[in-house]
Amino acid sequence: MSVLDDLAVKAGDDDVVGGVPARMVAAPANTEEAAALIAAAQDLAVVIRGGGTKLHWGNPPRDLDLIIDTRRLAGVVEHAAGDLITVVRAGTPMAELHSLPGQQLVLDAPAGATAGGTVAANGSGPRRLRYGTARDLLIGITVVRPDGKIAKAGGKVVKNVAGYDLGKLYTGSFGTLGLITECVFRLHPEPAATLFVRATAPPGHVARILAAQLAATAIEVHAAPGADPEIAVLLEGTASGVRDRAETVAGLLDGGEITEEPPPWWGVQPPGDVTVKLTGVLSQVPALVATSVGAGATVTGSAGAGVLYAGFPVEGCDPHSRVELVRAAAVRASGHAVVLSAPESVRDTLDLWGPVPGLSLMRRVKDQFDPAHRFAPGRFVGGI
Amino acid sequence: MSDIDALAARLRAGLAPDQVLTDRQQLRTYECDGLANYKVIPALVALPRSAEQVAIVVRACVDAKVPFVARGSGTGLSGGALPHADGVLIVTSQLRDIVELRPEDERAVVQPGVINLQVTQAATPYGYYYAPDPSSQQICSIGGNVAENSGGAHCLKYGFTTNHVTGLQVVAPDGEQVQLGGAAPDTPGYDLLGAFVGSEGTLGIATEVTVRLTRLPESVRTLLAAFASTDQAGAATSAIIAAGVVPAAIEMMDVLSIEAAEAAVHCGYPAGAGAVLIVELDGPDAEVRAQFDEVTRLCDEAGAFEIRVAADDTERQLIWRGRKSAFAAVGRISPDYIVQDGVIPRTALPEVLRRINEVAAGHGVRVANVFHAGDGNLHPLVLFDARVPGEAERAETVSGAILDLCIEHGGSITGEHGVGVDKARYMPRMFTDTDLDTMQLVRCAFDPDGLANPGKVFPTPRLCGERPGRHQGAHPLQEAGLGEVF
Repeated sequence: MSVLDDLAVKAGDDDVVGGVPARMVAAPANTEEAAALIAAAQDLAVVIRGGGTKLHWGNPPRDLDLIIDTRRLAGVVEHAAGDLITVVRAGTPMAELHSLPGQQLVLDAPAGATAGGTVAANGSGPRRLRYGTARDLLIGITVVRPDGKIAKAGGKVVKNVAGYDLGKLYTGSFGTLGLITECVFRLHPEPAATLFVRATAPPGHVARILAAQLAATAIEVHAAPGADPEIAVLLEGTASGVRDRAETVAGLLDGGEITEEPPPWWGVQPPGDVTVKLTGVLSQVPALVATSVGAGATVTGSAGAGVLYAGFPVEGCDPHSRVELVRAAAVRASGHAVVLSAPESVRDTLDLWGPVPGLSLMRRVKDQFDPAHRFAPGRFVGGI
Repeated sequence: MSDIDALAARLRAGLAPDQVLTDRQQLRTYECDGLANYKVIPALVALPRSAEQVAIVVRACVDAKVPFVARGSGTGLSGGALPHADGVLIVTSQLRDIVELRPEDERAVVQPGVINLQVTQAATPYGYYYAPDPSSQQICSIGGNVAENSGGAHCLKYGFTTNHVTGLQVVAPDGEQVQLGGAAPDTPGYDLLGAFVGSEGTLGIATEVTVRLTRLPESVRTLLAAFASTDQAGAATSAIIAAGVVPAAIEMMDVLSIEAAEAAVHCGYPAGAGAVLIVELDGPDAEVRAQFDEVTRLCDEAGAFEIRVAADDTERQLIWRGRKSAFAAVGRISPDYIVQDGVIPRTALPEVLRRINEVAAGHGVRVANVFHAGDGNLHPLVLFDARVPGEAERAETVSGAILDLCIEHGGSITGEHGVGVDKARYMPRMFTDTDLDTMQLVRCAFDPDGLANPGKVFPTPRLCGERPGRHQGAHPLQEAGLGEVF
C-alpha cells in the first residue's frame, strides 16, 4: 500500500460525488504514477475527478473510497503546429487548448473543465455543428486500465485505422473503464474572422439556414416560457466572406442583428434545477423545443446538430412527469433524453438515462475492462 | 456428414438453396478480395438477403463453432475479407436497398451492400451527398466501408466513415441483432458504434447503416500545380496548411506515378513535372474565391512552374482522372506492384520521401509515390517483376521498411486500407502487448469464441478467459486451431 500511502490523503469536506463522500483523494503527476496508484488500489472503489464541472452528472457512485484528481496530471506535452495536433495530459484546462498559438482545439467546454473530463463526459457545445465532438477530434489516447496497466490506442496522425478506436470507447464512458491520462487532439486554425447573427425567430427557421449553402459553424436556439424564441448563428471565414454570409443569414431569418458578440445564452446550460440533454433528428427539433417549453423548461442548444439542453425548476411541478413528457418527445424524434443533473431528492427516483440500445453488450464491455466494477460503480447507464 | 455438410443443410433450410454455395468452382470466385496475393477458398459461401438471414447464418456458425468472415464488394486492400478455409463467407452484396432517404434530417438509411456512390447519387437531387469517397467508390459497398472505416481524397476536410455513420443495426458474433447508435447524435452509453466502425468484421456484421448526408458545397474549385520536385510540392502543402487553409483535398503524385498515369489515361499533366499537386477547395463561394487566390500564390512561391485551374466540371474530372487511376495505371509500367498504405505527420514528408528513395535504391527497387499529402497518408507503389528471382522478396522488404519509417516518425501502418491479414504482423511494431490486449478486451466482450473474422487485425488472439457455465473442454479458439494457450 506504499504508493497509496505516498499519494493519497484523507478526503476533505468537498470531496463528495453525487452526495457520496470519499475516504481518500490522490493526485498523481504522470501516467506511471497513476498506474502505480491504481495497481495499489485494487480493493478500492474509485471515481475520477477533473475540474469537477460535470461531476454532478450521472448517478451517484454505489461506493466511493478514492477520488483520483487529475489536476496535477496537466500540461501540453506537444503542440505540432505544422501537423495541427496536440498531445496533452488529461488534467490540462480546456481554456489552455482553446487558444494555442494560431490554432485551437474546437471543443466547447465550460470554464474550469479539463481535457480528460470533457472527453470522459463527452462534453460539447455550439461549434459541434461544424467541427464535431470529442469522438471526432480525439485521435489518440493513453489510459490506465482498472487493473493498473497502461494502454494506448490511436496515435498522433489524424488518418489512422490501425486497430480498434478505443478513444471512442473511452469518450463518454464517465470514468467507468479506467483513467484517461493523455489525449491527442486534432486542431483547427483560428478563423480570420467571425460574426454572429441574432434574430427573434421560431426554431423552424433553422431549416432555412441548413438548406442554404452557408457552412455555418453553429446554429443555436433559445426558448423559454412566455418569451419570444431566438436563433443565433456563428459564421467563420474570411472577413469579406463572413460579412456576405451574415447578411444572407439575416435575410433568411426575416431580419437579424449582425454582431461580433454571441447572445448571453450562447453555449450556456439553461437555468433550472433539473437539466436534461435532448437529442433528435433535425426535422423534429422544433417539436422538441415546443414540447419542452410547454412543459415549463428553458431550452438552449444546437438546433443544427439535433442536440438541446432543457432546464426546469422543481418547485411547483412534478419532475417525473416532465421528464417523461420530454423523453416521449425525444423518442418520437428518434433521439434520447438524458437527465444530466437534478437535486438529490429528485434524482434518486428518476430514470436518468432512459432506454439505452445495446445495453447487454455494454455490460459485457464493462465486465472485460473492470470485472470487479470498481470504477465509478453505478454512475453510468444500466447501473454500470 | 461433416460439420460443413451439416451446416450447409441447415442453411439451405433457413435460406433459399441458391443462397448457399458449396460447389468448389463457385467458391473459388470468392477466394480473395482486392489484395489478390492472399487466396483461401472458403468452405461455404452464404448470400443472405435480409438481416434475419444474416442472423440465421451467424447463429448456425456459432452452434457449429465454425468461423465466419463477412464480405461486401471485395475491394478491400488488406485481405480483411480473405475467407477462412474451414469457415463460412457471408457476402452482404444482396442486401442492396436504400431504405430511407431523409434530406430534411441529413440522414440516409441503407443496407450494407449498397454501393458508396449510389448514396451520393440518390441524395444529389435533394442537394446532399455522402462525403467519404474512397477511390473505389463506384464499386465498394457501405458495409465494407463501415468495416474498414474507409477514407478517401476528401477526408482531409470531411473525415472518414466513422464521422459519417450515426447508427448501425448489427448481427453480433453471437447471432443477436443489436442497435448501435441511431439517427440522432450522442446515443447514451458506451460508443460501441465508434468501436465497431473500422473493426474489420471482427465485432460482427452490419446489416443496416444510418449515414449522415452533407449539404453540397456552393462552390468547388480545383487546381493542378506542377513542380520540379516533391520537396517543392511538399513545401507548398505545408505553406497552405500553415496559412490556415483547410482544403477539401490536397493530393500529390511523384514523377513515376505521373508517368504511369499518362501511359494509362493520358491525363495530360504538365511535361517535365517532378511532382504535381491537386488542390481542391469547396464551400461558400466568397470563401473559396479568397482561399483559392491564396493557394495559387503559395504554390507560386513554392516554385510551381505551371498552375492549371479547372474551368468547369469536365476539366475538374480530367485533373482527378490521373490521380484516381494511379494505382491501376502503375500496371502499365511494372508487371507487379505492392500498394502500400502508411501515414506520417505531414511535416515529416520531405524526410520520409528521401528515406524511401534511399531504401528503394539500396534494394534496386523502384517506388512510385501517390499520396493524400494534406493528411500525410502515403501510398507508395513498390514495383517489381515476379518473374525475376528475388524481386518479389526485395519489394516486400522495401514495403515493410516503409512501414517502419512511418512508425519511426510517429505515424501509422495504415491510414485507410486497414490491417486485415496483411498487416497483423506489423501491429506489434506500433502497439505494445498491453495495447493490443486492451483492444481485444472489446473483442472478448463481442466475440468470446473468436469466430468473427479470426486471424485478422491482431497477430495473436487473446483467450477471453473463463465464462460462467463454460468450464468443460478446451477453449474454442484452441479447438478451432486459431489460438494457443500462452
